[in-house]
Amino acid sequence: MSYLPYALAVWIFAVGLYGVVRSRNLVHLVVCLSVAQSSTYVLLLSIGYVNRGTAPIFADVPKGTRAVDPVVQALTLTDVVVSVTVAALLLALAIQAQRHAGTTDPDELAEMHG
Amino acid sequence: MPLVPLVVAVPLVAAAALTAMGQFLGRRVDDLTGIAAAAATTVVSTMLLLRSLDHDLVYWFGGWTPRHGIALGIAFDVDPLSAGIAALAGALMTASFVFAWRYFDEVGTLFHVLMLVFLAAMNGFALSGDLFNMFVFFELMSVCAFALVGYAIEQRAPLQGAINFAATNTVGALLLLFGIGLVYGRTGALNLAQIGRALDGRAPDGLLVVAFALLLTGFLVKAGAVPFHFWLSDAYAAAPIPVCVVLSGVMSDLGLHAVARIYWPSFSGVFAADAGSLRAILVGAGVLTALVGGTMAFFQRDLKRLLAFVTIGHVGIFLAGIGLLTAPALAGTTLYVLADGFVKGGLFLAVGILLRRARDGDELRLRGQGGVAPMAGVAFLLGGLGLAGLPPFGTFPGSALIIRSANDVGYRWLPPLLAAASILAAGTVLRAGARIFLGLGDADDPSLSHEPPAAEEEPEHVPGRVSPPLLFGPALALMVVGLGLAFTPGLAGRATQWAQRFEDRPAHTAEVLRGAAPRPAGTRAFHPGAAPYVYGAISTVGAVGFAFFGLYRRRLPAHLRRVPGRLTAGPAAQLKALHSGVVGDYVAWLTFGAAALGGLLALTVR
Repeated sequence: MSYLPYALAVWIFAVGLYGVVRSRNLVHLVVCLSVAQSSTYVLLLSIGYVNRGTAPIFADVPKGTRAVDPVVQALTLTDVVVSVTVAALLLALAIQAQRHAGTTDPDELAEMHG
Repeated sequence: MPLVPLVVAVPLVAAAALTAMGQFLGRRVDDLTGIAAAAATTVVSTMLLLRSLDHDLVYWFGGWTPRHGIALGIAFDVDPLSAGIAALAGALMTASFVFAWRYFDEVGTLFHVLMLVFLAAMNGFALSGDLFNMFVFFELMSVCAFALVGYAIEQRAPLQGAINFAATNTVGALLLLFGIGLVYGRTGALNLAQIGRALDGRAPDGLLVVAFALLLTGFLVKAGAVPFHFWLSDAYAAAPIPVCVVLSGVMSDLGLHAVARIYWPSFSGVFAADAGSLRAILVGAGVLTALVGGTMAFFQRDLKRLLAFVTIGHVGIFLAGIGLLTAPALAGTTLYVLADGFVKGGLFLAVGILLRRARDGDELRLRGQGGVAPMAGVAFLLGGLGLAGLPPFGTFPGSALIIRSANDVGYRWLPPLLAAASILAAGTVLRAGARIFLGLGDADDPSLSHEPPAAEEEPEHVPGRVSPPLLFGPALALMVVGLGLAFTPGLAGRATQWAQRFEDRPAHTAEVLRGAAPRPAGTRAFHPGAAPYVYGAISTVGAVGFAFFGLYRRRLPAHLRRVPGRLTAGPAAQLKALHSGVVGDYVAWLTFGAAALGGLLALTVR
């Protein structure tokens, strides 16, 4: 198993995080957050990957068949659900920001400070 | 019928029922359902506490018990300390619902639904014995809290608060998930006890250090430790009062409780040789957080934002307490968290009374206006003294245990610093109370930042038909419980025993995975000795003195003011400027903090 998938996960996370830090638009920020989030899918799936393993469905296969780890797939699925919820909520907030404050720039929304 | 799953099931079922039928039933039915469900959950949590006094209650969902000492299913692991925090969450939620009855002019069913799901998630997070299950409840808790903070969505402040909260905490949750993935990859386990067993006899390597740092970062973002705290002051200042009570009283502390909950069963073995450096890092971060929170609180005039920074200051004290990594300190921190949660909840409710009666939450504009709500003034006085740790009330037994423990591990410099942090936070609360309810102090103070926008509504001059006891009743009740908790006989000694059980990793692992009985603990009473009383007296007197300093600072003779004023003006302005309100800055700080934490751990762990 190579280190490439792990390096890829870190790279995707870093790219997404950079976007969040530099963002001047809430919709852009949510997309960047989703990019960063997808790095966790890569990480989790590569942790459970087994060379030459099949899908972890144990019907009609001989005992002892090599399969990838089903636990991380369940974790990834849960993670997808969670991330969709958060993205939907943040996008709803972005719509409200445009409607009530007339801007989607986080810098201009910053009313409280100090 | 097992009780354990009910702490999550009761609020969830009530929330589902309200979602289905709430619109047709009217506001008061929603309120009553919320109160009943939260109160019932509190009763269940308290029963769990009483049943777990001598041994943990380990509940395996779906009957998936461990086979041959290997965890297969997902477990809730109930010990008295965790059940106590769950009971705190339920009690604060009940008080919030009672307060909301009269506080909101109008409020939709969704508010009650979100609050109940929030309660279920907090209980699940506090009691879960499985790392990924903790993550799921962590996220459920977060999503409810994001939506609740942004509840008054047509205003700018809740928008800013909710967005900053959601973005920062989501990044924190991602780091947490990265850490969980790495731990699972290394150990093949998600059950906390099983992880600890898989790491038995191993030396800490780079991967484990990175994984542990990521887990810590995720939980400390939720807790609001410096430099992960920036979102907290924006979110808590913008949330509706009944939400603030729960966020400040228990959610922040849950993040820290999780640190203890993963460290002792899973990592205390593998990092045993490095406990000293881990202690230095955690206590250092705690002291920094306590001082930054207290200092920033001093510079606020918006009462909710002021209490938000007080919360950060106390998170710092708790982080230092848990970070001492001893059983008495863990017991002390938990007792402190319980008493402090009630007191902070009562203070937020007192601010809520002012917001309702005077339609304002600004310390300077409210100067001398406190006559509309004298009971809120009583709550402010009691709260300020409670936060200061006035012996023998409220937070005193907890802080006494922490002080003793700090001296035992040779951190003699820690108690004075923690006393200084209490003085900053409690003194600021007393200052605000004295200015509002007694009309003391100057009418203006230009060094206080962020004037909150004035309310558009007229003040509520005539008491309505519904009697105000529904407003001040919950506030005073929380204060009385918080301050009176200290008088439970033998609590400090018993809590220390529970903490010893919590920290006894081999026995705990056998208990969870094999159902073995825990080691019997000898009864031991705790005698605080003289030092904690001295610190308690110093911090109480200091807080009163600091309150007067805050009120009359500008009347000090010019030659006394000039030099300290010049020295502190620059750093104070810079510290305030860091809290920019821009989410990108906060995430950048989060990244820096995670890197710093990981770097420090990597440098010190051998």
